[in-house]
Amino acid sequence: MKQLTIISGKGGTGKTTITASFTSLAKTAVVADCDVDAPDLHLILKPKIMEVMRFSGAKIAVVDYDKCSECGRCIEHCRFDAISESYEILENRCEGCGVCEYVCPFGAIRLINRESGMAYKSFMRFGPMAHALLNTAQEASGKLVALVRNNAKELAKEYEKELCIIDGPPGIGCPVIAAIAGVNLVLAVTEPTLPAIHDLERILGVAHHFKIPAVVCINKCDINWENSKKIEEYCKKESIDVVGNLPYDDVVTEAMIAEKTVVEFSDSEIAKNITMMWLNIERRLS
Amino acid sequence: MRMHAKNTRAIKKNLTIITRISMENREMKIAIASGKGGTGKTTVATNLALSLGNVQLLDCDVEEPNSHLFLDIKLIKTEDVSILVPKINKDKCTLCGKCSEFCQYHALAVLPRDVLLFPELCHGCGGCALVCPENIITEENRVIGVIESGQSSGIEFYHGILNIGEPMVSPLIHAVKRKAKNDRVAIIDSPPGTGCPFIASIEGSDYCILVTEPTPFGLYDLTITIGVVRKLSIPFGVVINRYGIGDSRIDTYCEKEAIPVLMRIPQEKRIATLYSSGVPFTKEMPEWSEKFIELFKAIEAEIRS
Repeated sequence: MKQLTIISGKGGTGKTTITASFTSLAKTAVVADCDVDAPDLHLILKPKIMEVMRFSGAKIAVVDYDKCSECGRCIEHCRFDAISESYEILENRCEGCGVCEYVCPFGAIRLINRESGMAYKSFMRFGPMAHALLNTAQEASGKLVALVRNNAKELAKEYEKELCIIDGPPGIGCPVIAAIAGVNLVLAVTEPTLPAIHDLERILGVAHHFKIPAVVCINKCDINWENSKKIEEYCKKESIDVVGNLPYDDVVTEAMIAEKTVVEFSDSEIAKNITMMWLNIERRLS
Repeated sequence: MRMHAKNTRAIKKNLTIITRISMENREMKIAIASGKGGTGKTTVATNLALSLGNVQLLDCDVEEPNSHLFLDIKLIKTEDVSILVPKINKDKCTLCGKCSEFCQYHALAVLPRDVLLFPELCHGCGGCALVCPENIITEENRVIGVIESGQSSGIEFYHGILNIGEPMVSPLIHAVKRKAKNDRVAIIDSPPGTGCPFIASIEGSDYCILVTEPTPFGLYDLTITIGVVRKLSIPFGVVINRYGIGDSRIDTYCEKEAIPVLMRIPQEKRIATLYSSGVPFTKEMPEWSEKFIELFKAIEAEIRS
């Protein structure tokens, strides 16, 4: 199975819009929403959930107050400042390392699994979909990304799909690395703004670091032609192909409100350009 | 055990103090956040900072820091930020496997003839050094990023830059937040998402400005973000950016939930163009500076009441 991840570094450049359209263009693909912090793809694709999996990413310490003698050793050794002066475990700080459990002379602390989130195997109008949702204020999203990708792989096998399209999270840290590890190609979506250009260079650096081939799409290319040209020049210098130039169009928001992908919703220029870009990428993946 | 406690004390000095000091003795810390990326966090953070002047601006989006692009600023590196990772004296290692068994992050693997460390998985808890029966694990610094700082238009600016390929984000965010002082208002530009980097950035703030856009994605991510902010008991209000695109769903939602809408920034080509070239729009549209000052006053009144 071939895998493509859509990333951007900077958020809000159009990853999900493009992923959704690709999903409706691909004939034989499974789609995975790996932006587990703030997943939006399901708002367009409207998946029907077939299977729910509880996900426990990290552990958390719990104190048995009958056994605790308030000796202070756990507080002294916790590097995450996760135990308060009144020996409460601070949920947002505990990284589940187990040091407190180890140093407690009274056996008053133990680690338990956190209920970190849910992973779903689903089906939508274009085929199978893997997605997830992190519980409120839970961590370890990199691990949840890995689980979503694994679910996508299983769905691909089950439904005999040869391609997995992955909607990636913004940033360059742990969840992004988990979303691009081992894929065949990344598509970095950018826009001709100074911040997006700055972020593009960093995200392409990450792809390069992990030796993953990358191509670039310039979204809203007409909002600043000068900057679009700079991106083209930068990519040329780095020998990275620009596979799509998409104009700004209100139809993107209109399609979102109609809960349709852009290529389903209209046959405007942007829809044509997305289709062209998809054909280009499909060729690269075959 | 003694060494572990000593290293722990050194690390704790570097953590953001979470106990809230009474507001009477210090200025506010305001975090600018949003679940969805690209809604305008940096636009609000930089324009608010420039409108107020004499503030600190801390860019905690260490994965993709952008605030500096809107400031006329010369940045200098102030420090490397690192976390402690184990250093194993392999000559004396008996390959007993206690360290890898203890490590919750799978950062250590003991093979029949070798012990392997995966430093990028290590959270730096120091547990392996504690449990090693031979006492042959010490700890050393591993750099994950840098902090840069500068001064511009009365703003004291700091940001963190995460190294490329580095998954550990939160320790760098804590290090940037440590730069906050009590005698000046601190404005914190947060990363997108709702996971650990987001929580590390907004934790301990007196107020959260949530920036969103009036689209289905904007609303959905806003509701997730509000869940987190409520759980952390941080008062918050909403700024709607690109007002005029999409529909009225954010207004309707905020009205129903009694959430204050602090500002509506219209979808205007001029604002978008200024943004694309790295110009804060209050510079070219000074009437908006007044609005940002009013927004700050409204927040201050709410917090101090």
